[in-house]
Amino acid sequence: MSHPRRNSVSTTTRASRTRRTLATKKLTVTALAAALGVSTLAACGSSDSGSGASGKTAKASKTVTLVSHDSFVASPSVLKEFTEETGYTVHVLKSGDAGAALNQEILTKGSPRGDVFFGVDNTLLSRALDNGLFTPYEAKGLDRIPADVQLDAEKHRVTPIDTGDLCVNYDKKYFADHKLAPPQSFDDLVKPAYKNLLVTENVATSSPGLGFMLGTVAKYGDSGWQDYWKKLKANGVKVVDGWEQAYNQEFSGSAGGRKAKGDRPLVVSYASSPPAEVLYAKPQPKTAPTGVATSTCFRQIEFAGLLDGAKNEAGGKALLDFLISKKFQEDMPLNMFVDPVAKDAELPPLFTEFGAKITAPQSVAPDTIAKNRDQWVKSWSSLVLR
Amino acid sequence: MRLGLLVVPVAFFAVFFAYPVAAIVGRGLKVGGAWQFGRIADVLSSPDILHVLWFTTWQAGASTGLTLLIALPGAYVFARLEFPGKQLLRAVVTVPFVLPTVVVGTAFLALLGRGGLLDQLWGVRLDTTVWAILLAHVFFNYAVVVRSVGGLWSQLDPRQEEAARVLGASRFAAWRRVTLPALAPAVSAAGLMVFLFTFTSFGVVQILGGPTFSTLEVEIYRETAELLDLPTAAVLTLVQFAAVGAILALHAWTVRRRESTLKLVDPAQTARRPRGAGQWTLLGGVLAVIVVLILLPLGVLVEHSLDTPGGYGFGFYRALQSQGANGGTFLVPPIEAIWNSVRYALVATGIALAVGGLAAAALTRRAGRLVRGFDALLMLPLGVSAVTVGFGFLITLDKPPLDLRASWILVPLAQALVGVPFVVRTMLPVLRAVDGRLREAAAVLGASPLRAWREVDLPMVRRALLVAAGFAFAVSLGEFGATVFIARPDNPTLPVAVARLLARAGELNYGQAMALSTILMLVCAVSLLVLERIRPRAQPGGTPSDRSGEF
Repeated sequence: MSHPRRNSVSTTTRASRTRRTLATKKLTVTALAAALGVSTLAACGSSDSGSGASGKTAKASKTVTLVSHDSFVASPSVLKEFTEETGYTVHVLKSGDAGAALNQEILTKGSPRGDVFFGVDNTLLSRALDNGLFTPYEAKGLDRIPADVQLDAEKHRVTPIDTGDLCVNYDKKYFADHKLAPPQSFDDLVKPAYKNLLVTENVATSSPGLGFMLGTVAKYGDSGWQDYWKKLKANGVKVVDGWEQAYNQEFSGSAGGRKAKGDRPLVVSYASSPPAEVLYAKPQPKTAPTGVATSTCFRQIEFAGLLDGAKNEAGGKALLDFLISKKFQEDMPLNMFVDPVAKDAELPPLFTEFGAKITAPQSVAPDTIAKNRDQWVKSWSSLVLR
Repeated sequence: MRLGLLVVPVAFFAVFFAYPVAAIVGRGLKVGGAWQFGRIADVLSSPDILHVLWFTTWQAGASTGLTLLIALPGAYVFARLEFPGKQLLRAVVTVPFVLPTVVVGTAFLALLGRGGLLDQLWGVRLDTTVWAILLAHVFFNYAVVVRSVGGLWSQLDPRQEEAARVLGASRFAAWRRVTLPALAPAVSAAGLMVFLFTFTSFGVVQILGGPTFSTLEVEIYRETAELLDLPTAAVLTLVQFAAVGAILALHAWTVRRRESTLKLVDPAQTARRPRGAGQWTLLGGVLAVIVVLILLPLGVLVEHSLDTPGGYGFGFYRALQSQGANGGTFLVPPIEAIWNSVRYALVATGIALAVGGLAAAALTRRAGRLVRGFDALLMLPLGVSAVTVGFGFLITLDKPPLDLRASWILVPLAQALVGVPFVVRTMLPVLRAVDGRLREAAAVLGASPLRAWREVDLPMVRRALLVAAGFAFAVSLGEFGATVFIARPDNPTLPVAVARLLARAGELNYGQAMALSTILMLVCAVSLLVLERIRPRAQPGGTPSDRSGEF
C-alpha cells in the first residue's frame, strides 16, 4: 500500500505546487482543499482496513480480503466476531454486479485482488471452474449443508453459501379488486385471463431474467421452451432491461411501482421480495402487499471459493469456514434477502411469516447451462425482442 | 519549455489510459500470440452490430442538434442578460450533469411514462420512444453548452458589435459577422462534447430505451463485463475509437481557422438588464424551457423523496440516518456517502486540473503537428467506455509499484480521465484568445515566461479555470460507470448508494433512494454555487482584463 499512497500524495503535491504557481489566492484555496482531501484520504487509508493492495504490507497476514459483487452485505458486528475469533480483519472489495465481478476475477486469474471470492452462482459456476479460478478447500462444517446444493462435492473448489428463488410475484390488491385468482404456475401465465399483466427482465442483461428463462427451459425442455415463450409473447409479456425497472416502475404491487403508477400486477422477482416489502414499509403492514406464484421458481445457489494465488490462504480458509458458520448464515437473510444453506441456521420471523416456502424449484445443471447459455440467450432475444 | 509542460499530461495518459486500453484490446485480438484481424470483419458483418452502430450515430446526431437548438439561446441569456437569481439558476442547470443515470431515468419515466405528467395532461406517453432518450440527453447536456459557450460569450466585447452597427450593419448582420465567428470554436467544441457524450450514452439508453434500443457503449459493456467476449468487445472498442477519431477530425476541419485573437473583457461589464420586447421574450422563453426541461424532472424527484406513506414529510431522510432497519447494515449513513463522494471528487478535480491545466498551457500556441495530435488524444477518453478502461486497469496495474487494483485512487483516476478533456476544452479557447503581444510586452519589460503567464494569461483564464473545475467536480460527483465496477473498498459514493437502494425491494428503500438523489442534487448545486461565488470580482482601478480591452 505504501507505494500507491506515496504515489498519490506526490501527484497531489505536484498538482498543488503547479497550481499554486499558476494560481491566485482564491485558487490556492481549492488546491489546498484538494490537497487536504487527499491527505485526509491518505490518513483514512490506514484506518480503512488495509486500504490498497492487500498482502503487500506487514499487516497482510492479519487481513483477509473478500472480493464480491455489489450486493454483498454483512453486519459489522458479525465481521467483528470473526476478527475476535481468528485474529483476521475482513477487507471487502466490491466490483459491479455478479457477472462483472466474476469476469474481473477471471481476467486477473493467478494474481487475484483478494483471497476469497463470494458470489458465483449456479448459472455462472462452470465458467469459474473451467477457468481454474479456485483452489480446492473442504470447509469445516460442510456436513450441515444439504448435498443437493453442493454442486462441486467431488473437488470442493467452491462452497455453497446461500440460495435464492426467482419467482413471479403478484400484486395481491389487483387480483382481489378484479376478483381473479393469482396465477401459480408457468402454464397459468399464458392463459387469456392474465393477458398483458406480466413484466419480466431482459435475459441478456439481467440475472432474474435469465433465471426465469432457465426455469422455463427446465420445465418445458430443450424443445418446448421456445414455444412457451411464443405463447407468452402472444399473451402480452412486457420485457424491460433490469430488475430495478421491472420491479420499481412497472410492477403495480411494489412501493416504487405504486408511485410510478406501474400497471403490471405480475413481475419476475425473488421469493424474498414480499418480506422486503413488509420490512421496508412504515408502518409495517399486517400482511405482505405481494405474493409469490410458487410453481414458477428457479433456484439460484451462490458459492464462495478460495482464489487461486491468494496471498493469505490461511485467512481465506478461515473466512470460508466462517461463511457457513451458524452465525454468518443467520446474519444473511435480512442483509441480502437470501436463504441460508446450513440446516442449523434459523430463518428470521419476517421470512417465516411473510415469505413463501418454495418446495420444488426448477433447476438446470451448471454444465448444461454453460454449454447452451449463449445459444439460449440468442434464441430468446430473436424470439422475444425482435 | 513548452514540451516540458507536456511531460505530466503525456505520462498520465500513457500510464492510465493508452496502456490499459491497448492491453485489453490486445488481449481480445491476440489469440495464442497471433493477431486475429479476421475477427474485425466477422463482427462488422453482423446485422445486429450494424443496427447498433446506426442507432448510436443517429441518436447522437439528433440529440446534439436538439441540445444546441435549445441551449444556445440559454447561453446568450446567461452571458448577456442580467436578472435576479442568475447565479443560482446557472448552478441549477448544471445539476443534471451529476445525477446518476438511474435517477434521471426514474425522473423521466415519472414525467413521460404511464401516469406521468404528460399522460395526465394530454395523454401523451413517450417512455418507450426515442424521444425520451433525446429529451434526457438534452437535460444532461444543456449545461455543457450554456457553460462553455456562455462562458466565452460573456467575455466578448459588445463594443465590437456596436461598432459594426454604427458602420451600418443590421443587428443580425453584426451578430453574424462579429460575434458568431468569435463564438464558433466554442460552439463547435460544445457540440462535439455533446455528440461524444450522447454517442457513448449508457444509462439513459438502458433505462429509457428498454431492450429495443442499444448503443455501442451498452454493447461493449455487455460483451466485456457480462459475456467476457473480449474479441468482440475489442473490435467494438476499435470501432468506437474510429468513430471518435472521425468526429475529432471533423471538428479539426471545421475549426481549421485557428481561434482568432479576441478582445476579452470582464464578464461583469457585458451583462445588462434586458431591454426591448425581443430580449424580454427571449429571457421568458429560456426560463420556460429551463422550468419544463430541467426543474420539472428534478422536482419530480424531490416530490417522490417527500411523499411518505403518512403524507408529505421528511420520513425518508430520517430513515437515511439509521444504519438500516432491523440491524441491517446495508447503508452507510448518508453523511458518509456524501463525504465519500466529495472526497473522490476533490481528488479527481485536483488531478484533472493539474493534468488538463498543464496540457492547455502547453497547447496554447500551435507548436506543430505533434502537439495538435496530443490535443485530439486528450479527447479520446470521452469516447472509450468506462468498462474498457476499468478492465484495462485490471490487467495492467497489477504489479508493484503500480498495483492499484485494490486502491481507492483508481476511482478518482478514472474520473479524472473524463474530467481532463473538459478542463482542456474550456480553457483552450480562452487561452488561445489571449493576445500574444501582451506576453511579448511583459517579456520585454523583463518578466520571466512564468511571470508573464501569471500576470497576463492567468487573470483572463481564471474564469475558465473555475468553470473547468466545476465541470470536473460535477463529472466526478455523478460518475457512475467506473465507480461501479472498479473494485473499491466498501465506501460507497452517493450514486452507488442510490443504485444499491434502488436495487432492493420495499418502500423505504425506494424513498431513501429518492431522498439520497435529492441530497446529491443539493450537494452538487451548493458546490457549484460556491464556485460561482469565488469568481473574482472586478476591482476598482481596472483589472488586467480591462487593460487588455484597450490594447
